Amino acid sequence: MSSKSSKKKFNILEHELVPKHEVLTKEEAVELMKSLGIGPERLPWIRASDPVVKALGAKPGDIIKIVRKSPTAGESVAYRFVVSG
Amino acid sequence: MSEEKIIKAIKFGILSPELIRKMSVTAVVTPDVYDEDGLPVEGGVMDPRLGVIEPGQKCSTCGNTIASCPGHFGHLELVRPVIHVGFVRYIYDVLRATCRRCGRLKLPEDELNKYLDLLKRLEGRWPLLARGLTDYVKRKAMKVVECPHCGSRQFKIKLEKPTTFIEEGPEGPRRLWPTDVRSRLERVPNTDLRLLGHDPELSRPEWAVLTVLPIPAISVRPSILLETGVRSEDDLTHKLVDIIRTNERLRESINAGAPEVIIEDLWDLLQYHITTYFDNEAPGVPPAKHRSGRALRTLAQRLKGKEGRFRGNLSGKRVDFSARTVISPDPNLSINEVGVPEEIAKILTVPERVTPWNIDVIRRYVLNGPYKHPGANYVIDPTGRRIDLRYIRDLKAIAESLKPGYVVERHLVDGDIVLFNRQPSLHRMSIMAHVVRVLPGKTFRLHLAVCPPYNADFDGDEMNLHVPQSEEARAEARVLLLVQEHILSPRYGGPIIGGIQDYISGAYLLSSKTTLLSKEQVSDLIASSGYRGSIPEPAVLSPKVLWSGKQIISLLLPQDFNFRGKANISAGPLKCDDEECLWDSYVVIKRGKLLLGVLDKKTLGAQQPENILHWIAKEYGNSFCREFMDGIFKLSLRYIEMRGFTMMLTDVLLPNTAIKEINELLDNAKKKVFELIEMYRRGELEPVPGRTLEESLEIKIMEVLADVRDEAGEIAAKYLDPFNNVFIMARTGARGNILNITQMAAILGQQSVRGERIRRGYDHRTLPHFKPGDIGPEARGFVRSSFVSGLSPIEMFFHAAGGREGLVDTAVRTSQSGYMQRRLINALQDLRVNYDLTVRTPDNEVVQLIYGEDGVDPARSSYGKAVNVDRIIERVVGWRL
Repeated sequence: MSSKSSKKKFNILEHELVPKHEVLTKEEAVELMKSLGIGPERLPWIRASDPVVKALGAKPGDIIKIVRKSPTAGESVAYRFVVSG
Repeated sequence: MSEEKIIKAIKFGILSPELIRKMSVTAVVTPDVYDEDGLPVEGGVMDPRLGVIEPGQKCSTCGNTIASCPGHFGHLELVRPVIHVGFVRYIYDVLRATCRRCGRLKLPEDELNKYLDLLKRLEGRWPLLARGLTDYVKRKAMKVVECPHCGSRQFKIKLEKPTTFIEEGPEGPRRLWPTDVRSRLERVPNTDLRLLGHDPELSRPEWAVLTVLPIPAISVRPSILLETGVRSEDDLTHKLVDIIRTNERLRESINAGAPEVIIEDLWDLLQYHITTYFDNEAPGVPPAKHRSGRALRTLAQRLKGKEGRFRGNLSGKRVDFSARTVISPDPNLSINEVGVPEEIAKILTVPERVTPWNIDVIRRYVLNGPYKHPGANYVIDPTGRRIDLRYIRDLKAIAESLKPGYVVERHLVDGDIVLFNRQPSLHRMSIMAHVVRVLPGKTFRLHLAVCPPYNADFDGDEMNLHVPQSEEARAEARVLLLVQEHILSPRYGGPIIGGIQDYISGAYLLSSKTTLLSKEQVSDLIASSGYRGSIPEPAVLSPKVLWSGKQIISLLLPQDFNFRGKANISAGPLKCDDEECLWDSYVVIKRGKLLLGVLDKKTLGAQQPENILHWIAKEYGNSFCREFMDGIFKLSLRYIEMRGFTMMLTDVLLPNTAIKEINELLDNAKKKVFELIEMYRRGELEPVPGRTLEESLEIKIMEVLADVRDEAGEIAAKYLDPFNNVFIMARTGARGNILNITQMAAILGQQSVRGERIRRGYDHRTLPHFKPGDIGPEARGFVRSSFVSGLSPIEMFFHAAGGREGLVDTAVRTSQSGYMQRRLINALQDLRVNYDLTVRTPDNEVVQLIYGEDGVDPARSSYGKAVNVDRIIERVVGWRL
């Protein structure tokens, strides 16, 4: 793209097509794992090199909560486990 | 019973030469198979120690007969080692990643230790990541040009497909013979192998270079005796003989001190034979041929592909207790039933245990024997002995000897439950359970309402039938798989089973306002529907008592059923949006009485969500819905039989005024097209945004021509009698649509190939009948005639061109969607919705936190929505807001 767009750093989290992402706190993460009865690696993975993860500043081992709009359920929640790579 | 064990894991490895020798019962030494007497030669590939050939013989190795001898491996000592094609890739990787002199992995010692430590930690918990690490190590080591351990220079190694390695040293390229490869691989230490992703206990890389070849047992490659008495050997045997012969020639040449070139040629020949023995479709190898020119079916070919061991014999196999024949319709069955020919019912059996309560019935079955219908084929006594009733002369004695505890395999009889299937089995409704009705004839009979879920018709379709043999399987079939349990489809929230074709025409005619029935007709109809109750008050008392069709239909509806909605005929001039309807095209059912509107595809049809059948199935249960459908469909058919229903030429014949009107329309359109062309020639045509001028012209011409066809259709519809049978079918949705009628009565319209007017053919023209460059309607596939008036030869050619495209499309689409389906199913088959509504894999990995984001079972939803508030209000208040 043009030099202008690369200079003005765009925050992808504010784009309207990017659903709400947030990093879970340790307590929230433990709670979630307990309610699902699994370890974090049983969640779907997301790479640390993923643009959203970089924008959030999440580190491998973190769990990201994604709240999306859904045509059937109104709002739907998904979780991603950050892995290195 | 043997002890029950659970398989925890499976590990694959390479057979080591020692293991091959240990497994072997004999070394194979001679290419000769049989001697002059036709007896197998000892030390040949048909050596009797490799397993029993003829029935009755005892195995000279294990002493078992043909039924119980598993066969035994032999082995062949190869004079020179040979590379195994299946492993070349791994050999190539190991060769490049390790030092040519010392055999160490080409990374410094401290790095090796670091990675080894990491690998050990990853292996248990993250097998996928461990794989990634070994790949990374491998790639890193391959790039090194000087060994960090011994300091020797490394050269590039090239793999020449399929099995030749070439090292590009300073003195030019040099071939690495399998002996060189093997000695290099031998030097690689076990710890370094772990880092390359190998398990040295199970697969040392040098084992991938064969020094000993296992000879499979005879039971793996049986020879067949042809009628002429000639023995025909299996493809594998042929290949093994080739290998042994070449091996012997190579041995002789070496012993005789033949020149190097000859030895190398023979060595390559041995390599070729062994390569094709493993895989006759390996890239870069000419396939080994049979004498007839047919390619041999060797080891890899036995496993691979649709008919291979995995897909053809393990994932799916031929089964007992199944039948297949042509299907045909039978409207007198219930939708839950299937008609089974008596001939088939006498072969398929159900095991039934004798009890004091059924002993009399079962005695009768046994007395009838295997050749008379409700009979039996086998009796199994409590010791497990099977008595084949075909060979019993005194059936009476057997019948009398029956006692509780015996099991009798009796014929299929009315009321048995069976599974019925039509391929391709694309969704769960492709296999449903039906209740058996044994009928005369040779075809399976099924109710027409179950055609949509199976996607069946009767142009020669065949279907399969399976008889569940255990009590559990039968219970499962009855409760889960019975047709009535599949009225509502999980594909979309709505009924997939429902009225089609004549059921819809019949329901429409019966429910239409003009239908008035005499007492005799009412009795006839009610009797056919299975309704057991009194006849209602007649709607007309004088001059004759008459009933309306709506009254008869109301008899079958539940007493508290409310419904309102548009009918299919509610379109065009007959459109109605509420109950103030002059055309009877808005359906109102209140307290189980059909008050207003006609029943047609929208209200009774299959694959129509939120229709009467949908709400009845949801609110009154599947069982009631089935009874309702059986009743109303029989009613419809009985009425259509009474009234008579057919189509004829005059149904699609238009009056002259209409034809004149259409011709005028066409002339105008043609004029408009030529105006457009003229404008284009003068350069005055306004282009469509994003299109060239030529494209814009085409688009505009097509628009004009499409419009003219639609307008002609409207004129045709205007002039046709609304109670003309063809028109009834189109309007009610029973079969066909207005476009079909237009094409029959008025005009066929523009034919297209790839969405364009037809342009292919000669240079600048489609056919030699036109001038080059003619882009008028006729020259580009516009068909002005109708099917009734008949097509001119040129029009008929364009029509065929358009029709051909449709055929090709369907052929291509089915194969593509079939493959897509297979891949989707392979990916999704093990997912499961758990009790907490999460979707998980068998490894407990979470795929969705809530099934489908809303946790709704589409089969129990209404058209995808979890709750339909409007319907609830309608049901309670009897009114839609």
